[in-house]
Amino acid sequence: MTRMVLARLRQAVPVVLGVATLVFLLIHMVPGDPVDAMLGESAVAIDKAELRHELKLDRPLLSQYAEFMTGIARGDLGVSFRTREPVAREILSRFPATLLLASASLAIALMIAVPLGIAAALRPRSWVDLLCGTSAMLGLSMPNFVIGPLLVLLFSIQLGVFPVSGYGGWRHLVLPALTLGSGMSAILMRMLRSSLLEEVGQEYVRTAIAKGMSATRAVVRHALPNALIPVATVLGLQFGALLAGSVITETIFSWPGIGRLMVQAIEARDYPLVQGCVLFVALLTVSVNLLVDLLYARLDPRIRHE
Amino acid sequence: MSSGVFNRMLRHRGAGAGLAFLGLLGAAALLAPAITPFDPAAQALDAGLSGASAAHWLGQDRLGRDILSRLLFGGRISLAVGLGTVALSIVPGTVIGALSGFFGGRIDTLFMRLCDLLLAFPGLLLAIAVTAMLGPSLPHVIFALSALGWVGYARLMRGQVLKVREMEYVQAARATGAKPLRLIARHVLPNALSPLIVEATFGIGRAVVAEAGLSFLGLGVTPPTPSWGSMIAEGRHFLFIAPHLTLAPGIAIMLTVMAFNFVGDGLRDAMDTRTAGTTAVRDGR
Repeated sequence: MTRMVLARLRQAVPVVLGVATLVFLLIHMVPGDPVDAMLGESAVAIDKAELRHELKLDRPLLSQYAEFMTGIARGDLGVSFRTREPVAREILSRFPATLLLASASLAIALMIAVPLGIAAALRPRSWVDLLCGTSAMLGLSMPNFVIGPLLVLLFSIQLGVFPVSGYGGWRHLVLPALTLGSGMSAILMRMLRSSLLEEVGQEYVRTAIAKGMSATRAVVRHALPNALIPVATVLGLQFGALLAGSVITETIFSWPGIGRLMVQAIEARDYPLVQGCVLFVALLTVSVNLLVDLLYARLDPRIRHE
Repeated sequence: MSSGVFNRMLRHRGAGAGLAFLGLLGAAALLAPAITPFDPAAQALDAGLSGASAAHWLGQDRLGRDILSRLLFGGRISLAVGLGTVALSIVPGTVIGALSGFFGGRIDTLFMRLCDLLLAFPGLLLAIAVTAMLGPSLPHVIFALSALGWVGYARLMRGQVLKVREMEYVQAARATGAKPLRLIARHVLPNALSPLIVEATFGIGRAVVAEAGLSFLGLGVTPPTPSWGSMIAEGRHFLFIAPHLTLAPGIAIMLTVMAFNFVGDGLRDAMDTRTAGTTAVRDGR
């Protein structure tokens, strides 16, 4: 196990460095001047030159790159062009909102997906299965920018129970979490159903039923734990994606998370902030993938012993 | 696609309906300039936000533009991005995946590390960054989505090739002296393609959603060209007084994506020999 962790960590290092380099290149090679974005295109040339010097944008690309990479090695992501705050502080101040939203969405997704997935798998081709399958298809086919406004229309405008947008108490959390959670629950439900159906056909489940265990109990006690293994993988990856910030949902509900921060940074051409955000997210993605792999090995002894 | 696969697919619940819907949508998108009752950009400010009427079946938006006409023209953009992105992703994806899986070794390591690197990027975000920096336009959207899109096809293809490569017929062809590129093109690729076709079907649906998402954020095609995503973004501000502005494009996206999902599900079931076998058994019971 330890060797596996170390090997995976060693693989992750070049990926993160590669991402950092790619982000740096992407941002510095494409057209668009942050100084123009900050001062407006009509600004006086001397002011522009001064700001450019202050932001060290007049230095050769290679020296900017070297400074960026040595900064990363020291854990220093630079200072935001716009707010002049350290990038790391900006990111960390937004991360709790994203974490909160991701956790709530995950909880909602599980609350919907697990019971419905089991119900559908217990009676395949029944009306329950059909209903679950249809609603899963609906959930899969509705992007967040469709679900979100629909939820606002129903719960905020028609019923007036939850606020339209914003960040505050639990009421503000419900609609964005439902938006993200419903799509995710559709994926999880479909996975759980098919993975359960596969397990139910196995001999150990038939044996349990033959020995007198009720079908429901055999499924829940024996088939479910095994069926959850592949679901856990998808769950982990989905959660990782949520932690990266959900740009669209955060935009719809004015949620002050990482996704929003990143879009704002891109719009303002705040190079250090964009770099920092993407790097942070990439690091998060790589760590979540690693954790999911380890979790997978933990849940399925066959992989551990390979 | 053989007629057997096609027939099996149509037997799948929803796949036939999905295909029919996509056919209609495709025809409507192609013929949009001829069949739309109004110019999608023609404004009628005094009729702004009005609901459905005999002349305007789906009502009018803030500037009085006909929503049905805008929806049909928006469908052109959605389908263009969907098909364009998949075409632009699947070709490099297939080539890279096939080479990687067939030759293994250093080529494989190099390509797969590149894939790992790109997969560490949050999906939509790279597209947002690329379109924000290149400027919003149709080709830029397709390019931005394909920049990451090929990775999935490459990995899928690689896995398939690894499997097919060891088959006896490939070994036999190799033994008769076939060159590697001929082996790949004539023997490996044709037998590794089915999951790619299924994936491409879902991929078109995903690209439609991604385009709408970018347009929703104001990074898709430039106005006044209508796009379903920008229509939702605009309509969202009038959710209180004119929900049809949001509902019409929302339902259009939903139906389109659902159609691609149904067809994809149907294709997967029809092409997966294992599932086809169990269905046959069940049919014979």
